[in-house]
Amino acid sequence: MNLEEYKGVFVFAQQVDNKVDGIAYELLGEATRLAAPLNAKVTAVLVGSGIKNLADSLAEYGADRVIVVDDPELKDYRTEPYAHALASVINEFKPEIMLVGATAIGRDLGPTVSARVATGLTADCTMLEIGDFPLVAIPGKESEQKHNQLLMTRPAFGGNTIATIACPNNRPQMATVRPGVMQKIEPKKGAKAEVVEFNPGFTPNNRYVTIKEVVKAVNDVADIMDAKILVSGGRGVGSKENFKILEDLAEVLGGTVSCSRAVVDSGWKPKDLQVGQTGKTVRPNVYFAIGISGAIQHVAGMEESDIIIAINKDEDAPIFDVADYGIVGDLNKIVPELTAKLKAEIAAK
Amino acid sequence: MKIIVCIKQVPDTKGGVKFNPDGTLDRGAMLAIMNPDDKAGLEAALRLKDQYGAEVTVLTMGLPKAADVLREAIAMGADKGILVTDRVLGGADTWATSTTIAGAIRNLDYDIIITGRQAIDGDTAQVGPQIAEHLGIPVVSYAQEIKVNGDTVTVKRQYDDRYHMVEVKTPCLITALSELNEPRYMTPGGIFDACKAEITTWGRADLKDVDDSNIGLAGSPTKIARASDKVRKGAGEKFVPETPTEAVDIIVGKLKEKHVI
Repeated sequence: MNLEEYKGVFVFAQQVDNKVDGIAYELLGEATRLAAPLNAKVTAVLVGSGIKNLADSLAEYGADRVIVVDDPELKDYRTEPYAHALASVINEFKPEIMLVGATAIGRDLGPTVSARVATGLTADCTMLEIGDFPLVAIPGKESEQKHNQLLMTRPAFGGNTIATIACPNNRPQMATVRPGVMQKIEPKKGAKAEVVEFNPGFTPNNRYVTIKEVVKAVNDVADIMDAKILVSGGRGVGSKENFKILEDLAEVLGGTVSCSRAVVDSGWKPKDLQVGQTGKTVRPNVYFAIGISGAIQHVAGMEESDIIIAINKDEDAPIFDVADYGIVGDLNKIVPELTAKLKAEIAAK
Repeated sequence: MKIIVCIKQVPDTKGGVKFNPDGTLDRGAMLAIMNPDDKAGLEAALRLKDQYGAEVTVLTMGLPKAADVLREAIAMGADKGILVTDRVLGGADTWATSTTIAGAIRNLDYDIIITGRQAIDGDTAQVGPQIAEHLGIPVVSYAQEIKVNGDTVTVKRQYDDRYHMVEVKTPCLITALSELNEPRYMTPGGIFDACKAEITTWGRADLKDVDDSNIGLAGSPTKIARASDKVRKGAGEKFVPETPTEAVDIIVGKLKEKHVI
């Protein structure tokens, strides 16, 4: 493998139902930042059926070039045709860096493609930077230190540890990145990218599965990743019905209700409202943790919030270790009174 | 029907985490359990065995003490256990792990391979799909339901905002979510069987069609540059108010101070 042949920062621009997923824009923002010190171009790889019209929006969010793989076999996500599409793009265009969203699609596509093109993949990254590997040159072996490497930082062990990983001898350097972690750039209205159409050919084989049915979740709730204020409840809320007091508080503040894993496991709230390691990563302006003990897996999904306010009757709950303001007390008394008081304050303005 | 379930012995992340000086995990120093998603995969295999009849082989790669999770699996109802262990396999990343496990599986007959979605130590969710890739078989990840009809497996595949009902032909690989089921307990008879059961142990030489350049620490494309315990944001202010009204005043005061309201 001649590493010098591999150039440019590539992003898998995930789309579902011919709508670009927010993660694609977040990755383009990060790719733009990584490309600067490398003097490299940013390329979005758009895979699907009837999707060419999406290229302009990718340009506005930072893509210099969009490679479009458009084929009827690519209508709904299936591992094989999508992996064939992305692996073929990598083999043809030879990116130095390939970023994929750590979504339920990307966490299937990424490992399959990395194994196919025989390179390393670092999962669920929360920080990417360009730097040296090893970080500090080994004395006497200064010439062996590699520069301009992608350094990929990720949590492991349920958020107990962080590790920074490099992929010095293989290309592309591949990473999946959790949604909600990287920042989009301010869109450049009217920006255009070079559009390259590429079709490696799709011939169904034993690895093509058949989709018999697509069942979309009825989703009338706001995406908790976009919320500025989250009122999040845990097991301590006590029941499905009692979430009403959290919903009232959220309504007064123009916020959204979210929850911990225990709440989803109890069937009180749907999975798409779950914050944490196996749920979503959120960073609202204000995060209310109400009746949430603060298991490390939960904290991993919300600790970047600007202000964390915790209400819990257990004085020793670990949530108080990350809360900016911790209130020891009975949520059943405090929350309704807080809602009433805020209502009065806002009405008085 | 022959089913292989890949399981992993993992440190219980509720305890502390220890590293070797080279940045790799000191697994010997931590409490070890069967990875939860893998246990759900095993339960799924055992239910297929109960329903249709199947031979369930559990396979793990790890230190010699990883045989413990194979015995646990046999006590739950698995038929055979295979331990892949060798000093030269240590320090493997997901690429080197998946090439190793695929090399072991090439020695076996199978219709379905089941792995957990991800392990609670690395949380990567990579090894399952990568094994399928090395073996050239289809993969269906994030399974919420598994049904079998002859050589056709129907899987309810979870996505972020939907699910797909997917049909796949055997041989195939499926990765299981812990939401898939509630794993059964070991039975007294099963524990008795597990104590007697012979665990097959394979080393480097038993791997089929695997190049030395693709195993262990040296064969891992990803390298650890730095590993450390996470430095968390410290605790802020904690209040123990006498009355709910006092609590409310504190919160409203802070929200005003920060210009939220």
